[in-house]
Amino acid sequence: MNFALSNDQKMLRDEVRKFAENELAPIAPEIDISGEFPKESIKKLAEMGLLGIVVPEKYGGSEFDFVSLAIAIEEISRACASTGVITAVNNSLTTYPILKFGNEEQKEKYLPDLCSGKKIGAIGITEPNAGSDVAAMETTAVLDEDHYILNGAKRFITNGTEAGIFVVFAYTNKELKHKGITAFIVERDTPGFSLGKHEDLMGIRATGNCELVFEDCKIPKENLLGELGQGFFICMNTLDVSRIDIGAQAVGISQAALDEAVKYSKERVTFGKPICKFGMIQNMLAEMATQIHAARMLVYYAAWCKDAGIKRFSKEAAMAKYYAANISVDVTRKAVQIFGGYGYTKDYPVERFYRDAKILELYEGTSEIQKLVIANELVR
Amino acid sequence: MDIIVCIKRVPQTAEAEVSIDSTGKSIQKDRLTFDMNESDTYALEEAVLLKEKFEGNITVLSLGYPDTDDTLRIALAKGADNAIRIKAENFENPDAFQTAQILKSVIKTINFDIILTGCIATDDAYSQIGVTLAELLEIPHAALVIKVDANEQRTHVHRELEEGLIEHLDIKLPALLTILTGINEPRYASLIAIRRAAKKEIQQLGKENIELEDLVINSVIEELYVPPVTKQVEILTGSPSETATKLAGIVKEKGLI
Repeated sequence: MNFALSNDQKMLRDEVRKFAENELAPIAPEIDISGEFPKESIKKLAEMGLLGIVVPEKYGGSEFDFVSLAIAIEEISRACASTGVITAVNNSLTTYPILKFGNEEQKEKYLPDLCSGKKIGAIGITEPNAGSDVAAMETTAVLDEDHYILNGAKRFITNGTEAGIFVVFAYTNKELKHKGITAFIVERDTPGFSLGKHEDLMGIRATGNCELVFEDCKIPKENLLGELGQGFFICMNTLDVSRIDIGAQAVGISQAALDEAVKYSKERVTFGKPICKFGMIQNMLAEMATQIHAARMLVYYAAWCKDAGIKRFSKEAAMAKYYAANISVDVTRKAVQIFGGYGYTKDYPVERFYRDAKILELYEGTSEIQKLVIANELVR
Repeated sequence: MDIIVCIKRVPQTAEAEVSIDSTGKSIQKDRLTFDMNESDTYALEEAVLLKEKFEGNITVLSLGYPDTDDTLRIALAKGADNAIRIKAENFENPDAFQTAQILKSVIKTINFDIILTGCIATDDAYSQIGVTLAELLEIPHAALVIKVDANEQRTHVHRELEEGLIEHLDIKLPALLTILTGINEPRYASLIAIRRAAKKEIQQLGKENIELEDLVINSVIEELYVPPVTKQVEILTGSPSETATKLAGIVKEKGLI
């Protein structure tokens, strides 16, 4: 057993940390208030090769492993949770399914633009009436000669307002239930495709989250991703990978909260001494640090499973995502508690961390769905 | 154009709590993080800009302990071609002059047109290595450089002096320049460059690999200490009228009015 990071993983962590602290953290409070998508940051992420971390170099990627992807998402999220999930969606929810299930033409056509930031990626799974129950989706795709005609709507789509390439799931045969779902690659300028409501979110506010609307949207037949009826499998397989990155995002947000809490507890004096000298504060700090360490190990382990070629790691990914999301809400709540009244103001970043953390228990499978995945693996 | 950049791995102390270790001659380093000295990152970037213009080869050189390899690898990822670590563990706390002597003994075996160093190390703040090294190598130098405009034979440089004065110099190559922060915008290493640099070998030079002249000891650290508090700050508390009354009383008592 070896817990040490490799040379390139350590260098990646240190350089991404430096980049995130210098370039992303300073604008994080600003874009949290304005909700403005950080377009300039995307260019910088692309220059560093952070938009296609696991994609092979021949498609414009950086060709690192999934542990490195998790490390990068953690470091970016530590500085800015919005940029963290923007990056995670581009990497694990768009480039990954195209890399894994796309044919050679699709990889050559879409991956270089997604890696260079020329086009941003997004994924369309959730619908107004289909969240945890993915198979309840109502979007349909009907073959009409050499095109599929897409009708329906997708809700809560991260990167939606800015993305140029979308992976979208729709029923091609409703009678086959989940085996009748198919995945498609949809380009932004496709006729019949438009953007709906822009969401005003509680946290991760600069992520261009919006509704996608398909009205007789004509998609070329060759944009079918994988095989007909393989959509549900692609969706679940992709979520296994992306859940590791949401776990990493949770670790990053939590680490930021702990760092701030430790610093503040040394500076803030009450009853004649810094509050870090009080047992009740130390109790919280110790719990936070242990929770973060455990979450990070779960995330690394799930990513290692993927790198090691272990075929079935749904349970490990669900455990990492469930636990990391859960502790992130708790750790950021404790950080606000340590800051006292000041923590409830925008003078300090911990209230933002607390708001940013809540989404972790909701998206890419709620905590309840993660527990369902874990339990199903235990009793199957 | 062949360029040598001398870099140093230093503790990051800007936001950290610094305390003296048990020897009384150094600081406690176990809880500090380390990185490339700030002005050295600008020197490295200037070297990469020169290489992009003239082609050639960049060698990064550091006298440091084994963990200095991490810093040298990042330099490779940012555009250096070769990296050399001179084993600090073979030398006993060299001062600035000795360090320059050690660097000189390695540099004299390498072809170069320009040597770039940072203008100051953030840990000991000596600012001597660059200029001493130039003297030992018997080449011209310019310190505190904020602009480099070179051709194959000469370089025109701007130096920043006190009171906002800028000095222009024309220097014949080979030469040594010590670089000020702000001269350029140091790049981040891309992930692809990191992956490639991680595999590159770093040349390790021990005392036995270097032809050293007798090292001259000019200075030794006798003691490090935190200056004692000499003036007290009194924070006045109470309502504005109460604190104003107290303040007026103090000013009067001290005979200031």
